[in-house]
Amino acid sequence: MYLGIDVGGTNIDGVILEAGKLLKTEKLPIGNDLLEAINTCLENLLTDIKPNKITRINLSTTISTNAIVEKQTPPVGLILQTGPGIAHDFSAISEQIEYISGYVDHRGKLIMELNQDEVIASLKSLKTNKFENLAVVTKFSTRNLMAEEKIYNLAKADFSNISLGHEISGKLNFPRRVNSAVLNSAVMQIFSDFAKQIVKGLGTKNIDAPINILKADGGTMTLEQGVDKPVETILSGPAASFMGIMALLENEEDAILMDIGGTTTDIFFVVDKNPLFEPLGAEIDGHKTLVRALYVHSVGLGGDSAIILENDQLKIGPRRLGKPMAMGGDYPTPTDAMIHLGKLDVGNKEQAQVAMNQLATELNCSSKEIAEQILENFADRLKVEVDQSLEIINNKPLYTVREVLEDKKLEPQEIRLIGGPAAILSKYVEQSFELKTIYPQDFSVANAIGAALAIPSFETNLIADTGRDILSVPELSIYEQISRRYDLTDAKKLVIEELEKSGYEAEIVEEESFNMVDGFRENQNIRIKAQIKPGLEYSLVKEQS
Amino acid sequence: MKAKNKLGLVFFPAFDWAISRTHPEREERLLYTMDQLLEEGVRDIEGIEFHNPEIASNKDIERTHFVVPTVDDRLTQSHKVSIGGTIKAFNLVMENKVDKAFALVRPPGHHAHTVVYGDRGFCIANVEAVALEHIRAKHGKLKVAIVDTDCHHGDGTEDIYWNDPDTLVISFHQDGRTLYPGTGDVHESGGPAAFGYNVNIPLPPQTGEEGFLYVLDNVVMPILDEYQPDLIINSAGQDNHYSDPITNMNFTAQGYAVLNDRLNPDIAVLEGGYSIEGALPYVNLGIILAMAGLDYSNVHEPDYNPAALRQSHRITDTVKRTCDQVINRWQNKEQLAQKAIGDKEFVKENKNVYYDTDGILSDQQKKFKVCPDCNGYSVIYSSSSQGHKICAINIPLEACSECVNTAYDLYEKSKKDKNYTNVYLQDRVKDEYFS
Repeated sequence: MYLGIDVGGTNIDGVILEAGKLLKTEKLPIGNDLLEAINTCLENLLTDIKPNKITRINLSTTISTNAIVEKQTPPVGLILQTGPGIAHDFSAISEQIEYISGYVDHRGKLIMELNQDEVIASLKSLKTNKFENLAVVTKFSTRNLMAEEKIYNLAKADFSNISLGHEISGKLNFPRRVNSAVLNSAVMQIFSDFAKQIVKGLGTKNIDAPINILKADGGTMTLEQGVDKPVETILSGPAASFMGIMALLENEEDAILMDIGGTTTDIFFVVDKNPLFEPLGAEIDGHKTLVRALYVHSVGLGGDSAIILENDQLKIGPRRLGKPMAMGGDYPTPTDAMIHLGKLDVGNKEQAQVAMNQLATELNCSSKEIAEQILENFADRLKVEVDQSLEIINNKPLYTVREVLEDKKLEPQEIRLIGGPAAILSKYVEQSFELKTIYPQDFSVANAIGAALAIPSFETNLIADTGRDILSVPELSIYEQISRRYDLTDAKKLVIEELEKSGYEAEIVEEESFNMVDGFRENQNIRIKAQIKPGLEYSLVKEQS
Repeated sequence: MKAKNKLGLVFFPAFDWAISRTHPEREERLLYTMDQLLEEGVRDIEGIEFHNPEIASNKDIERTHFVVPTVDDRLTQSHKVSIGGTIKAFNLVMENKVDKAFALVRPPGHHAHTVVYGDRGFCIANVEAVALEHIRAKHGKLKVAIVDTDCHHGDGTEDIYWNDPDTLVISFHQDGRTLYPGTGDVHESGGPAAFGYNVNIPLPPQTGEEGFLYVLDNVVMPILDEYQPDLIINSAGQDNHYSDPITNMNFTAQGYAVLNDRLNPDIAVLEGGYSIEGALPYVNLGIILAMAGLDYSNVHEPDYNPAALRQSHRITDTVKRTCDQVINRWQNKEQLAQKAIGDKEFVKENKNVYYDTDGILSDQQKKFKVCPDCNGYSVIYSSSSQGHKICAINIPLEACSECVNTAYDLYEKSKKDKNYTNVYLQDRVKDEYFS
């Protein structure tokens, strides 16, 4: 039995699945105490279920996201080795930044050693200023981790939470690595306390199933991995809803996936049956990170978005200004339009009529016409947003002649919807996009289902340089000496073997071997990106039909 | 971080194309530049946009070149993508989508002449000339200055714009007596319609930051101020760098950044530069920041040592003398033109062109009509060591009807002449190309 829990904005959803069937569901408001809500949810789910039947618990939690967005995180001191290059400003992310000398170049060659006295002085200053959390990032540390390691050894005794740049990601991007490392240290304590509580809570219920945490890319990691790298858990909410849609609807065509909520609509894409990812990483609270995340375009457009008239044009959203009028709010909303058209049986119908009349009088048409217009307009707005996304996606940099000649463009063939207004809006969406639009019959606990069925994911970036006889896979903490005859085949074998130790199938995403000419010698510069891609243990589509 | 100038980057490293396995123009060339740009977070800077190349059409290439025997015989898809990337950069600027654009593409183009028998100096088609003529065909007449900052003389660009007064070509480079391709002397001034609008500034080996910036401030900028171009293009070779393996200069990443800051080009196009580890990552970063109007003061090579790279007084004196000579010729170009052309009806010039990468030798005779009403049609008679014998006729933009008619008559006549293996006509007025 798989148990899945999704902590959302207002509700907590839980499910238990067995052999491809939804066995139990639970939905309750979160209230003030998240842990208590999780525990209650677990208790309700586990009535009549033997604890030892649960084989896996997957949890999607907003704890890290909320701490960052609500600025509830403790200060993080930052030690940077920038070397020559762009003078980035990191003052928005750290209260005290210590710049140290030394430099490593793009091939990982040590150009200038760090100055140990300087580092000690920096650490002392941070300690004096009562910093307990530290992030250490050096330029090109994914190519040569020595400086970060040396600083770590000098710092470990004095700081409780330390994040090192090269442990965050194997991708190059110094500013994003800095942001990611700082955010990681910022949520480390909060997440580790949360993890302890969860383990304790489950212990009292005699459950000892492995606990996994959902990540922003739609895959999971173990709770222990989460404690080391809690930054990976940011933005797992949209990831849960994406996985939920994947679990509830057939996944054959390239598609646009939309979760239409009360306030916002999240737009995702599926290409060749796989999720589309953010090209560089997630962005949270204005901070760009290297955290691998599903591509999500969030639009301020939902069932409860306020509708106002601007130059005799309907303007839906982007803000929610209270409830729909049918529920006692002050502004007309798409929900009022749905009620007025008799498509939705909730709230006060008279108030919905008042809402539509308000707009109809101004625009000189009937209230039914205006209600229809609102829903058409809603769908058209979604199309504009999707088209914007597609333009950006289809312009991602191409680096080889083959890619340019193939000119692969993402052209979705269908639309999959979930969320409150999905069923009613599907007709309008279908008309506006001129694409087949589908939605599941029951999606009330889609996110928890998505979380429950998600499998572990992992991404690695290998680089091997036979001129310098070194190989590194930062995400796996592999730093090895290699022989001069080491080649692409060896590298692929290594990374696939390492990844598949997890028991899941791994794949090579990119592979390149560049011939380097150093004087009269030829060497290879090998680059491999490999992954265990996010996916589902199984889909519930068959059960639905 | 937000760019002052919205900058479009067409970054196309062609990771699957090389002249040969160990050739300097190989897959690896822009690898470390890419690494540096990624690590510096350039893709996240607001106002710097990455764009993908298009594929240039055969017509784009035929508008600028006579390719012998045909475009598809000589150009690979890689060349068409590199040209297409440059066209994209030009279009971005012309369509006001960005303030400035930098085409970081390979293979390069500035050694490619009007007539293309094969590859020379790692170039087959002149990427910026093809792109420039593409936008001229689309947007009409444009007054353009091409400033070639590659260490090698931009002889292909010089050849293509030799008789076009609307394209001012300025090239500063290591003296041709000490480096490929050997040309680029101050006396190479241009054809009868554009005499004086080809400006060469040969520089002694070991010229450093001081010398390059002296040339910029005392020759390039004053000439540009007087010429008032609609568009400034930097033919941005990076082999003046002190670490370049095939040249002998002492220029730096800081120097290149300052140069681009002051030159303020609308478009830059990558040309040569083969210190792929020690120079390109830093020079390209410097150029990008300078064009975007961002702070580049901390961009330098890890082993940058300005004191060690300072040029000698002897070099400073030589550079100053050359600059004086060049400015003098610029100021007296009308008198010099009168002396060189007089009342000739045609100006004829002969030269041998060696397509070194492909080992093809050719002789070329250029014949320019001196026309009082337009720039005049021109004809190239040429034969190559591969057995081609061609007659290639050009009708320039805004040609007078007499030149157009004469050129067409000559084309028809030459087609019947069994001595020629190939006869070409470029009709820029109608934008039609025959072969």
